[in-house]
Amino acid sequence: MSPPIRFEMRRRTFLVGTASAVVAANIPWRANAQPTSLAGPERSTFTLVVNGEPRELAVDNRTTLLDALREHLQLTGTKKGCDHGQCGACTVNVNGERINSCLSLAVMHQGDEVTTIEGLGTPQQLDPMQQAFFDHDGFQCGYCTPGQICSAKAVLEEIRDNVPSHVTQDLTARIEATDEEIRERMSGNICRCGAYANILEAIHQAAGEPT
Amino acid sequence: MRAFSYERVSAPAQAASRAAEVPGAKFIAGGTNLLDLMKLEIETPVHLIDVSGTGLDSISDTREGGLRIGALVSNTDLAANERVRREYGVLTRALMAGASGQLRNKATTAGNLLQRTRCPYFYDTAMPCNKRAPGTGCAALGQGAFSRQLGIIGTSDACIATHPSDMAVALRVLDAEVETVTPAGASRTIPLDEFYRLPGDTPEIETALMPGEFITAVKLPPPVGGRQAYYKVRDRASYAFALVSVALVRQSDGSGRVALGGVAPQPWRRAQADAALPDGANAVMSRLLDGASPTEENAFKIQLAERTLAGMLAEG
Ligand SMILES: Cc1cc2nc3c(=O)[nH]c(=O)nc-3n(C[C@H](O)[C@H](O)[C@H](O)COP(=O)(O)OP(=O)(O)OC[C@H]3O[C@@H](n4cnc5c(N)ncnc54)[C@H](O)[C@@H]3O)c2cc1C
Ligand code: SF4
Ligand code: FES
Ligand code: FES
Repeated sequence: MSPPIRFEMRRRTFLVGTASAVVAANIPWRANAQPTSLAGPERSTFTLVVNGEPRELAVDNRTTLLDALREHLQLTGTKKGCDHGQCGACTVNVNGERINSCLSLAVMHQGDEVTTIEGLGTPQQLDPMQQAFFDHDGFQCGYCTPGQICSAKAVLEEIRDNVPSHVTQDLTARIEATDEEIRERMSGNICRCGAYANILEAIHQAAGEPT
Repeated sequence: MRAFSYERVSAPAQAASRAAEVPGAKFIAGGTNLLDLMKLEIETPVHLIDVSGTGLDSISDTREGGLRIGALVSNTDLAANERVRREYGVLTRALMAGASGQLRNKATTAGNLLQRTRCPYFYDTAMPCNKRAPGTGCAALGQGAFSRQLGIIGTSDACIATHPSDMAVALRVLDAEVETVTPAGASRTIPLDEFYRLPGDTPEIETALMPGEFITAVKLPPPVGGRQAYYKVRDRASYAFALVSVALVRQSDGSGRVALGGVAPQPWRRAQADAALPDGANAVMSRLLDGASPTEENAFKIQLAERTLAGMLAEG
């Protein structure tokens, strides 16, 4: 018989504070931590290289890379789903790596090379990954699709570069683009329509094409 | 989000001295946690010091045969590093169990260590929270509160939040050290077991870092060998925080080390629990979780931790 692990239930506390009392209590604390004047300008001017073209921006420092692309450069292919890193709709490629553009400040990307869905292919000449999503119906409403495609291209590169994943069995062996590997690596891209099965097929098709 | 001014620094000592000079300043590295919290006005820095140009993005061998991981090395690059995957496998496994591919490309080593709790009431600015707004109370301990994800040990009446990092659990089992530079320009080394403070009455103070102190690297001692594993139990198979996670290093004679994630305000490891490893999961957990104080909603974590370790030990 194994001994039980000794523990004691923590008691609930009675909360006196209501939300409004808390807000009031919040104010002096915030005021302490919050100097009123800024140490410098609240706007910045810098250049991003977007889809191969240098683009100058003069924006509020708060502007995310996602909002810079959509609101300032009118590149609305990149989508905003959650704005908190939880859905992947905003996935773009920066200096060769996929990132969530909603959780990155534009001002931190001075001189960076950004590739969005608009930079991958044209309606006349689709990128092989775009063609594969088309061939396999890898979408329904299409909202998550630009992020899925940008992510999927990076996934195949990561597998080629032998970057391990959560499901990689042997960390020292060559990694293959199996269903399990692709699914795990695509878990940062949520599809509310549930087009996952076809997205997987599309990525397999693109994986078979020479790059 | 509140307005802020912005500067980019090029050297670690400069980062630390600027942080001490400018009131309300914060460092930003990958930005994946800080920016998220700034959008919700949980963090309200008036000045951001962009440290991504400080050149701390390489991994090198130490003279002692260990590894020095620059503070800005991304979670992806750290997990994929040849030496890490061969000799510190538990670290690769823990990193790859966290977040998503996109996030790991941006997340840095120092930023991951300093990411803040995922307690739902910490995120909800309409609710009392001693960590976010000291002295307001802890909503997670209120009647009917949702505390399923929260801590069971090392917690206090003021705060029962957990530290959410997977990476830190592996670093704890590997006896990592955090290397810093202070605003005065001095460097110091903090063992990871002294890095995270327990909440006590001041849950808003989370680490041993002094104001403005800047992390330059994480150091690993020479490899300990053994079989290394990280098992994370969560509500979905990927892209979710741990309910419970176990980092394990096991030698062929049955001895080894164990640390838990998802249960405490710091990666949870105890020497006497390590010593009980040859006697099995129950022996380990009765030492590691002795004196736990769970809520009714999260008491299941005790058994879950034991069963998770038992499963890992059964796999050999
Ligand atoms: C949807 C989502 C899911 C996630 N899932 C997981 C998960 O399952 N497991 C997990 O472990 N993590 C998870 N994360 C968290 C993620 O790992 C962290 O956001 C990331 O590691 C933070 O690193 P960063 O470089 O972006 O930090 P930043 O956001 O740049 O900074 C975080 C903090 O660290 C400070 N800081 C940064 N660098 C230094 C330095 N050198 N010295 C001193 N202070 C510094 C900053 O001032 C800030 O306070 C998730 C995040 C998201 C958004
Ligand atoms: S557990 Fe901690 S973080 Fe959560 S509400 Fe209570 S004080 Fe805040
Ligand atoms: S919009 Fe960026 S991850 Fe959802
Ligand atoms: S196709 Fe509609 S969200 Fe994915």
